[in-house]
Amino acid sequence: MRGAVTSWLLAAPLALVLAVFLVVPLFVLVVVSFYDYDSVRLIPDFVFTNYIEVFGSMVTWRTYAKTFSFAATVWVITLLIGFWIAYYLAFVIEGTGKRTLLFLICTIPFWTSNLIRMIAWVPFLGRNGLLNRALVGSGAIDQPLEFLLFSDFAVILAFVHLYTLFMVVPIFNTMMRIDRRLIEAAVDAGAGFWRVLWHVILPLCKPGIAIGSIFVIVLVMGDFATVRLMSGGQSASVGLMISNQISLLQYPAAAANAVVLLAVVLMMVAAILRVVDIRKEL
Amino acid sequence: MTDMTRNAGKKAGPTRRGALALAGAAIGSGAITGFPTIWAQNIRNITLRQAGTGVSGLNAIAEQCKKDTGITLQLTVMDTDALAQRAATQARSFDIADIEYMTIKKVYPVGNMQAIDRKRITNADKIVPIFTTGRLTPTSNIAQGTAPHTVGFVANKTATAFQPQQTDWMTLIPTIYNADTLGIRPDLISRPIRNWKDLVDPAFKGKASILNIPGIGIMDAAMVMESLGQLRYADKGNMTRAEIDRTTAFLMEQKRAGQFRAFWKTFDESVNLMASGEVIIQSMWSPAVAAVRSRGIACTYQPLEEGYRAWGGGLGIAKHVSGLELDAAYEYLNWYLSGWTGAYLNRQGYYSAVLDTAKNFMSPAEWDFWMEGKPAAVDILAPDGKLMEKAGTVRDGGSFTERMGAVACWNSVMSEDRYMVQKWNEFIAS
Repeated sequence: MRGAVTSWLLAAPLALVLAVFLVVPLFVLVVVSFYDYDSVRLIPDFVFTNYIEVFGSMVTWRTYAKTFSFAATVWVITLLIGFWIAYYLAFVIEGTGKRTLLFLICTIPFWTSNLIRMIAWVPFLGRNGLLNRALVGSGAIDQPLEFLLFSDFAVILAFVHLYTLFMVVPIFNTMMRIDRRLIEAAVDAGAGFWRVLWHVILPLCKPGIAIGSIFVIVLVMGDFATVRLMSGGQSASVGLMISNQISLLQYPAAAANAVVLLAVVLMMVAAILRVVDIRKEL
Repeated sequence: MTDMTRNAGKKAGPTRRGALALAGAAIGSGAITGFPTIWAQNIRNITLRQAGTGVSGLNAIAEQCKKDTGITLQLTVMDTDALAQRAATQARSFDIADIEYMTIKKVYPVGNMQAIDRKRITNADKIVPIFTTGRLTPTSNIAQGTAPHTVGFVANKTATAFQPQQTDWMTLIPTIYNADTLGIRPDLISRPIRNWKDLVDPAFKGKASILNIPGIGIMDAAMVMESLGQLRYADKGNMTRAEIDRTTAFLMEQKRAGQFRAFWKTFDESVNLMASGEVIIQSMWSPAVAAVRSRGIACTYQPLEEGYRAWGGGLGIAKHVSGLELDAAYEYLNWYLSGWTGAYLNRQGYYSAVLDTAKNFMSPAEWDFWMEGKPAAVDILAPDGKLMEKAGTVRDGGSFTERMGAVACWNSVMSEDRYMVQKWNEFIAS
């Protein structure tokens, strides 16, 4: 009995923090999404206008399509890059000291803020940027490449740059837990490199891949700053749509949009967790 | 103006040229001696909390105010939208709102502000007529949009409905305003730019930009549409749904054709787009043009035949302010119009509401350059002492009368605001 009380007490602080800072705000969000509004005021009400506007507008569908395409592209690229970096760190590099050092080097970009890492691309990719000047100067092209900046290419590039590490870390972590004897056994049984990768390493990395995927997908789905800055305001994302509505004081519309986005992202996470049982494999 | 101008404000540091400032302080403190000394003493301990945009939320003004009146100003700077929200929903969080006329149109009817007794404002009769009759000169036209005089007056201290005529109760004391137009890079554009339609000239394909703040961006687009002869608006500041549809359809068409390089939302973005040469023609705000020039890059704030899009702001008093605090608020408003601040704002390329008093605080050369549109007799310095314009330059757009006399529309809030924002989002997402 005393044990039960202690457990409750131990869990209470976190439960309280989550209740106050997560559950209550989410509840308010849902409530406000049914409010009506005019240009300056929220009008407490129970109307479906906000949701009708969200689902009835072509913009929503197009924006979701765009956001999904960003998320999918970024997920594939970060997964490919992240997996091989993790593989290199976990299996090719020998010696813990060297591995730790290289791992730390991977985190160097994180010493500055997200925003700065993103903005740093602008002078590099611009019409008169470093890359274009180098290419024109070397005679490779006559006209500066315009698609490099303020385009979907730039958005995806920035996302990949920002989020690959979120893929590397969990995959690396699961790779380090793989019992090396399993690989030795596979090799002894005559399996080649790809076969080991496909039948031993990849299945055992699934939890790491799932966690990394959740990070990347959730971050991209909710982003608004990267899309706005790197596309020069030319592209839209769901997050940007919400941020526009907030800046125009259309809180109920933004709340409705946020509730929909939250539902969509939760479904995506649920789908990932259905494929990979993280808890079982951690 | 929104958050972008905040940076411009910050750049204008608190230092100013010694002699002039001293003279200013002397005259400034002289200008307020007409008030009963009983509370002039008490006021010295009063703090007024002012919420405003970065345009005029400047520390230099707060410092000078402290020096001249003893009133401590506590400035909170935010962007236009956040300010509107605060004024409408958190009335007790500020005493003075430094707010735009287009915002007050939304906010005043909520009932969190109190009307200002015009009889207590010493220089009320000297306020530029744009804010009282709407006409700069008796013969000028009243521009479209939320013209400040239409939301400048109410019937009595507690009324919330605007009066079409002047009354003794003002919603705001006007303080700052300007006329906005397109900024261009004259070094990268070989032909003369004369009209708003030049923004969508195919010659500038992929090198144009428009600001992505729906309420203002759509008016710049409307100026372009009218200039092209595609549409005549009854009121650009209050479009019908059909007009909004036509305008956003036009913008989407331009976007698909690749006319725009980017859309900007903040001051820094507009400066960087222009300075880096990504964009050579775009909607711009005057301090942003100055910022590009200060990097040694040619940038012109191009006057156009169809006229300017103007904006104006003023100071309002929150409803909860009373007693000694209210007296201090009035003293502050009177101080604001007494000249020092006017000169300070004029020197940054804005305009002050009472010109006569500001003139006393400016050198004749400064006055001629900023207000008369004459070539600068000497180097023109920014309030922080940095060189702003070399001797011989003429201000883009010319004199005060030329610029403010050519206002085509005022920043505004439309009745179809909500619909317009939806369509604007559609354009950005397209």
